[in-house]
Amino acid sequence: MAAVQGGMVDEKEEVDIKTEPQSDGLMNTNATDGRQLSPSPSSSSSAGSTKSAAGAPEDQQTLLAVLQFLRKNKLTESVEILRREAGLPEDALDTKGADCSAPSSGGTAGGVDGLDAGSLLSRVAVSSSAGTPAPTKAAVADDQPDVSVVLSAYSQQGDPALYKVYYSDLKKFIESVLDCHRAELSQVFYPLFVHMYLELVYNNHESEAKAFFEKFSGDQECYYEDDLRVLSSLTKKEHMRGNETLLDFRTSKFVLRISRDSYQLLKRHLQERQNNQIWNIIQEHLYIDIFDGMPRSKSQIDAMSGSLAGEAKREANKAKVYYGLLKEPEIEVPLDDEDEEAENEEGKPKKKKPKKDSMGSKSKKQDPNAPLQNRIPLPELKDSDKLDKIMYMKESTKRIRLGRENLPSICFYTFLNAYQGLTAVDFTDDSSLIAGGFADSTVRVWSVTPKKLRKVKSAADLNLIDKESDDVLERIMDEKTASESKILYGHSGPVYGISFSPDRNYLLSCSEDGTVRLWSLLTFTCLVGYKGHNYPVWDTQFSPYGYYFVSGGHDRVARLWATDHYQPLRIFAGHLADVTCTRFHPNSNYVVTGSSDRTIRLWDVLTGNCVRIFTGHKGPIHTLAFSPNGKFLASGATDGRVLLWDIGHGLMVSELKGHTDTVYALRFSRDGEILASGSMDNTVRLWDAAKAFDDLETDDFTAATGHIHLQDNSQELLLGTYMSKSTPVVHLHFTRRNLLLAAGSYAA
Amino acid sequence: MAEERRQKQCSVTLPTESMKAMAESVGVGQLQEESCVALSEEVSYRIKEIAQDALKFMHHGKRRKLTTSDIDNALKLKNVEPLYGFQSQEFIPFRFASGGGRELHFYEEKEVDLSDIINTPLPRVPLDVSLKAHWLSIEGVQPSIPENPPPATKEQQKTESTEPLKVVKPGQEEEGAIQGKGQGATAPDGKGKEKGSIRLKPRSTHELSVEQQLYYKEITEACVGSCEAKRAEALQSIATDPGLYQMLPRFSTFISEGVRVNVVQNNLALLIYLMRMVKALMDNPTLYLEKYLHELIPAVVTCIVSKQLCLRPDVDNHWALRDFAARLMAQCCKTFSTTTNNIQSRITKTLTKSWLDEKTQWTARYGCIAGLAELGPDVIKTLILPRLTVEGSRIKAVMEGSVVSNIDKIGAEHVQSLLLKHCASVIAKIRPQPDTVEQYRTDYGYLGPMLCSHVIKARTQAALQAQQVNRTTLTITQPRPTLSVSQSGLSGSGGPRTPSIIKVPSSLTLMSPRPGTPSQPSPPATKYIVMATSAGTASTQQVITLSSSQSASPVTSTVPSATSTLQPLVKVESGSGPGLAASRPLQKYIVVSLPPSASSSLEPKSSVLSTSVSSTPLDPGIKLERSESPGVSTQSPH
Repeated sequence: MAAVQGGMVDEKEEVDIKTEPQSDGLMNTNATDGRQLSPSPSSSSSAGSTKSAAGAPEDQQTLLAVLQFLRKNKLTESVEILRREAGLPEDALDTKGADCSAPSSGGTAGGVDGLDAGSLLSRVAVSSSAGTPAPTKAAVADDQPDVSVVLSAYSQQGDPALYKVYYSDLKKFIESVLDCHRAELSQVFYPLFVHMYLELVYNNHESEAKAFFEKFSGDQECYYEDDLRVLSSLTKKEHMRGNETLLDFRTSKFVLRISRDSYQLLKRHLQERQNNQIWNIIQEHLYIDIFDGMPRSKSQIDAMSGSLAGEAKREANKAKVYYGLLKEPEIEVPLDDEDEEAENEEGKPKKKKPKKDSMGSKSKKQDPNAPLQNRIPLPELKDSDKLDKIMYMKESTKRIRLGRENLPSICFYTFLNAYQGLTAVDFTDDSSLIAGGFADSTVRVWSVTPKKLRKVKSAADLNLIDKESDDVLERIMDEKTASESKILYGHSGPVYGISFSPDRNYLLSCSEDGTVRLWSLLTFTCLVGYKGHNYPVWDTQFSPYGYYFVSGGHDRVARLWATDHYQPLRIFAGHLADVTCTRFHPNSNYVVTGSSDRTIRLWDVLTGNCVRIFTGHKGPIHTLAFSPNGKFLASGATDGRVLLWDIGHGLMVSELKGHTDTVYALRFSRDGEILASGSMDNTVRLWDAAKAFDDLETDDFTAATGHIHLQDNSQELLLGTYMSKSTPVVHLHFTRRNLLLAAGSYAA
Repeated sequence: MAEERRQKQCSVTLPTESMKAMAESVGVGQLQEESCVALSEEVSYRIKEIAQDALKFMHHGKRRKLTTSDIDNALKLKNVEPLYGFQSQEFIPFRFASGGGRELHFYEEKEVDLSDIINTPLPRVPLDVSLKAHWLSIEGVQPSIPENPPPATKEQQKTESTEPLKVVKPGQEEEGAIQGKGQGATAPDGKGKEKGSIRLKPRSTHELSVEQQLYYKEITEACVGSCEAKRAEALQSIATDPGLYQMLPRFSTFISEGVRVNVVQNNLALLIYLMRMVKALMDNPTLYLEKYLHELIPAVVTCIVSKQLCLRPDVDNHWALRDFAARLMAQCCKTFSTTTNNIQSRITKTLTKSWLDEKTQWTARYGCIAGLAELGPDVIKTLILPRLTVEGSRIKAVMEGSVVSNIDKIGAEHVQSLLLKHCASVIAKIRPQPDTVEQYRTDYGYLGPMLCSHVIKARTQAALQAQQVNRTTLTITQPRPTLSVSQSGLSGSGGPRTPSIIKVPSSLTLMSPRPGTPSQPSPPATKYIVMATSAGTASTQQVITLSSSQSASPVTSTVPSATSTLQPLVKVESGSGPGLAASRPLQKYIVVSLPPSASSSLEPKSSVLSTSVSSTPLDPGIKLERSESPGVSTQSPH
């Protein structure tokens, strides 16, 4: 019940913050609910003139279910509104349809978080009160239907014995079509297979379902193997109730991209054969994104497929993304002179030029792709931040230019005696501190410079010091507490994510216990515990400008927080499985999340909308990295592959194959020339990122359709492979001078 | 139908018997079959679900092994109470029990006495987590330091030396990639062949970096320097450092040249140091020495058999060096001898030839015997034992003769004790009791009585050991023939690894059963492969050269040993142990004779069997079977 309350508060919070009305706090159930509510408008808007077969009674039932749910959660206002709207069913449908045309995360206003929580509750396998309602027009009012049950119902039911025939008939047909269409039409197999199987299971034809699975599971693409394993264990209708993966599969539409020609071919065949069973599934459970032009090749399709719910719709990646960097604040560089004096006196005129250039080129030109400076409110720069910026600039002038010929040196930090307990690592931007999260719930911070870690003195002692003195910041530190490492206790489960604030005063950690904790690195105590996820939190990260942070976890949402709010500012919902990693865009206006549903989503922090969906990974995504210029994204997954994405165009740029195990760490060098990847296979690999991005040819057609043709050039792009001694690489970090730091724990 | 599906990868369900057993364990007596089926399906499904969730925790924990805490976390996720305190020292903590037609696996929960736990001292506090930094790569090149994996694994070095065209050194690969010469980098696991259809082995440049040069200088200086502590450190480094691959050619040249010079100068100390270096190199698990054996083996053999190794042969203990080098040689044979290079047989030949030479001095004689003896009981049995009589008479001549130099006398004494030491244990195994002095004297001549006492001692020792040593824990640290197996039918139970010539694991089954049970069948497939070829054409020995193409004369003889002259080199002890001869029907004796010392070799079967070593040398296999045992088939050893 805590979840429900939390959800409700979230919702109020949302209203307070007053962002765009809906869109933030949605859960997939809700999103799909929208879609499900209005099959006809959504499909007619995209797929053409086909009016859905779903009739009014079914909608009625769904509406009732929603009402029931709202009432149960005491969302009376929403109930009122909905009822009023539902009084005129035509209108209701229309508005719903309009809402849900937003890419996969559109939905209704209000009450959304309640739904979120509700669906979570349902996952805890609380059996719904009533027996599942009959698939079709049963009397629902007394039955108190559960939303998810209604949504996931398979309404029609053919002769179970004929399913095999239907499927193999279609298979025969697709195998006989022209080569150019075959690859495209083959995409239909997997979703169709799953839905037919689930339909059989749902309607209690257990043995038929098993036989069906036996016969055709071998035909499916190998990257669906994991899902098939889940599917195969599910043989009873009762099992379906608690299984969130399948709930998602049933309630969300599997997206396919098929050229118009191929689609016509399929349609004609099914209509000729009167194969209504399959046609109905395609109509109801698949979303076919039809495009004009050449059918895609097998390799093109394979590059993009693999996600839990098919490819991204084209319009999902159409929104404009301001991927440019924010203008650097103008900072007078008073230390510049000092620097020069310190280094050499006669070099004064020489020094000024490069400084001006580097400063000027960055700050004067406003990037056309950059968001407005005040698009989202960012914290003011403090004096200490300015000092740090100056340090940063000084360091960056000494930066080594990397490239094909100039590979970085790699310094490996090995965690010894961690007994396989190291779960997360982070470095500060200036590489002075390392933090490690451990399975024993501790967070440890090390100083890797000679400067030791010190606590601030106690309040009584602080009273004694001279507050006017210049070195007051030095005086407040307690010399007695100096040590090379500090341990932070507070979590009650393995710490899965860890992140330093840019100003090095704070540390975030997230854990299996469902909380995100903010620690002070001055007092080495916990300041805040952010609760809201309720389930394990897999990752968290500070915004590059501080203040904001993002977290994502098993509850399948990512949340945006500000350090001074104990409730999230935004909830990014839409992933169909755990959010496994979260990263901030360098301009802090966007957040990217990777998930176990094998998709990557880019979210707009301002609106909370999902603006990009990238599909193509064949396993849960475990790491993400933005290029320093903000234009590109790299992602690594359990399949051992690293994919590069162009954010502006929403395209896959390159596929880097080489790792043999999960990629856990990715990082671009400071100038974006080199991409370093670290993996469970104990290697660090360096890739020529500059070449990968240069090779990309974006003509209008590929940009418009997103049908890229990847050449297999991983071997050319791989610049180096460095084995460690049975030490999986957990984290990578480029220092400001482009030295690569790697970290991992030695697995004896 | 259902049964078929069970075979399928994922649709495995728990057996209904388990359901019954579990129901009984919680007090539900008679569970109906249908309920069992329904339960088992449900339980299997839930278990799979939990396992899938647990997998998630494993992935996020960045581990490859699923742990019990992952399962606990997955249970928590489902709002199920975790299994508290589930831990076990063992991998699978289940016990098996059966009875009444049912089989059960259960988790043994022992009752633990609380006071025991309280009174046991606390285990040591585990070491705290610590950070250690090292260079994984310096400007694109991985330094060879102990923290990094060896640049070329032993397997790679091996394939490189055996199949030079297949492998590319990782270092070069990376270099090629860095320079971007269109090669592209590949994974260091030797995938280089994909790149082009024609691949020439790249010219390898043996340039050492400055650091490596410095290291080499330091190490070699320390190894032959005067400071023992430094030397120990240097040797330790050689034996453990993973990055020595590049420097191996230098080291082997250093050793070989060092031996060459110091043998001439009779510098015993330096020779010992160099041998210790060889030992350290051989101990290094990351090095594959085969490519450098042509330099190392002559050096080692020199240290075994050289006439003079020290300035004052009467005082200095050069015997120890010979022993040490002989052991090295044996280790070398064991590790590197293959059918292609035939190291062992070549070494054996060399040593035997020199031993048989009348003019060989006592020092060299000692070395030859030591070298042979270290090769294992098989060699002792076939090569040394037959010569005991001859050797004995020679020793006798020295010991009891009047006009001999002191040096000769010392040499003879050492040879005598060496022979006694090595032969006693072997005889103890192959010769049935009782040990009578008279019998020994007839069999072994001058050394007989001494041998007899030694054998008796060896036997009592063996018996003692057999009592102490448990049935299965026969651990043998040194492949010395003095180690013995218990006589209670433990033969071949797996423990003893003898440095046998060819890898026949059960060579210790040579030991006869007790005389009382002559008919006891011993392991039938025992092969005695004693020596391979007779020719030494392809020898690369520098110090000791082999004469080429000796005619070999295979001998099958069951003649009593007492009558043997020089020619029959292999004989089966049948005269004194009658039970032994008939008891093993399937034994195969592959025997190569040695060149007859006298020209009057009138062997009945002295056929031409000389083979060239370079071709597969064992195949003309001089194979001889026990002729009197029925059903023996002639069979080549390979």
